[in-house]
Amino acid sequence: MLEMKDGKKILTTPISAEDLKDIHAGDIVYLNGSMTTCRDVAHRRLVEEGRELPVNVRDAAIFHAGPIIRPLEDDKFEMVSVGPTTSMRMEKFEYEFVRETGVRVIIGKGGMKENTERACKEFGAIHCVFPAGNAVVAATEVEEIVDAQWRDLGMPETLWHCRVKEFGPLIVSIDTEGRNLFEENKVIFNQRKDKAVEEICKHVSFIK
Amino acid sequence: MGKKEQVEQLTTYMANFVSYIGKVLPDDIKEKINELAEKEDSPLSKVIYQTMQKNQVLAKELNRPSCQDTGVLQFWVKCGTNFPLIGELEALLKEAVVKATFEAPLRHNSVETFDEYNTGKNVGKGTPTVFWDIVPDSDKCEIYTYMAGGGCTLPGKAMVLMPGEGYEGVTKFVMDVMTSYGLNACPPLLVGVGVATSVETAALLSKKALMRPLGSHNENERAASMEKLLEDGINAIGLGPQGMGGKYSVMGVHIENTARHPSTIGVAVNVGCWSHRRGHIIFDKDLNYTITTHSGVTL
Repeated sequence: MLEMKDGKKILTTPISAEDLKDIHAGDIVYLNGSMTTCRDVAHRRLVEEGRELPVNVRDAAIFHAGPIIRPLEDDKFEMVSVGPTTSMRMEKFEYEFVRETGVRVIIGKGGMKENTERACKEFGAIHCVFPAGNAVVAATEVEEIVDAQWRDLGMPETLWHCRVKEFGPLIVSIDTEGRNLFEENKVIFNQRKDKAVEEICKHVSFIK
Repeated sequence: MGKKEQVEQLTTYMANFVSYIGKVLPDDIKEKINELAEKEDSPLSKVIYQTMQKNQVLAKELNRPSCQDTGVLQFWVKCGTNFPLIGELEALLKEAVVKATFEAPLRHNSVETFDEYNTGKNVGKGTPTVFWDIVPDSDKCEIYTYMAGGGCTLPGKAMVLMPGEGYEGVTKFVMDVMTSYGLNACPPLLVGVGVATSVETAALLSKKALMRPLGSHNENERAASMEKLLEDGINAIGLGPQGMGGKYSVMGVHIENTARHPSTIGVAVNVGCWSHRRGHIIFDKDLNYTITTHSGVTL
């Protein structure tokens, strides 16, 4: 579901492809509901090993993140610090991952590329950036850790299934049309870089 | 204090210091972040900087690591030959990391290579990493403690250029990293550049450069001018906070250098993210300490 509240665009799980239709690269959204941390080895297990993800993420969100967790009593856990990790590491797996799991919102850090663009366009999903390094803000937006699977992967890589409340700000980097904010920016950044290199090189001919 | 008590005392101090630097940014970084937050004006940049500032307040208030990736700890030790615990230092730093990992808590970030399992203690073979500088006839010990996450470790790159490529080649090498991996490494960045002979000499310098306080300059005039040129050049790319576009890209550029072989220019780049968690502490022989990076801390 998509709603506006106090000027904020809020997505609540379950999320449909229709809900994401009017969300565009560069928009800021917030998330309510189901979000599961899911990163390197979990992607590899699903895509390369053909194992089923032990948490259902259909119409929900995954978070490329490895948190700091404090164990509580009765197999419960507290989210101490959690923030996004570099999404690009999951790029090679993301098309198959979205196809197999039906996930709608992928949250991480930095951009992703063609595989993810294709997945977002074909299956109706978005990739968003949570401003990284803000792990306490993110942790306080996690209401509860409801489940922990694949614990054999250790604290950073376990699938921590969370219930979140107004989780964000999430900056949309790839939308359902496959528009990719980072790739668009990269073209501009590279043009500016070439110009800057040229300028600097006028002043550094120290070997004569 | 007997030796055993001294070891315990220093272990506790270092464990507390490690915990602290994971929660509170150094004074110079805080100041720079606030300065850049003021200077950026796009709504997206503003939202990101506001989140960053809110995060630092919450981290201190709730006593939690401000970023979940608390890194594989690195210690740059400048130790006097007469410092009483010189022989115990490396082992006690490892113990301090274990202690901090449970107390802070820190993330378990040591995966044994080849056997590929997480040790669950945040230490392992060769981690934390301790780099040594020995100072003759001194009884003091200076320790730079550094916590770099995977994100800002990833852009690290070193290579050996032919002298024909010159400092123009060095420039291109550094600038290319900024637009390939740099933008994902949590800008605004602190960029460390090493210029020397080979990959390892340049790489060590490029990391050491990140320990310098913001606003400091290389003592060589040309190197200092190149720091400024690179800083302006990278800012002109306009990576903005989180690499999502803005008016600035970096908190600073630091170059460290040595002499080189006539046939080679070793160059390396290392970046620190906006959450640049480094601390500097100096112990005298009685373990009285001075912290230069963070004001108002008692361990």
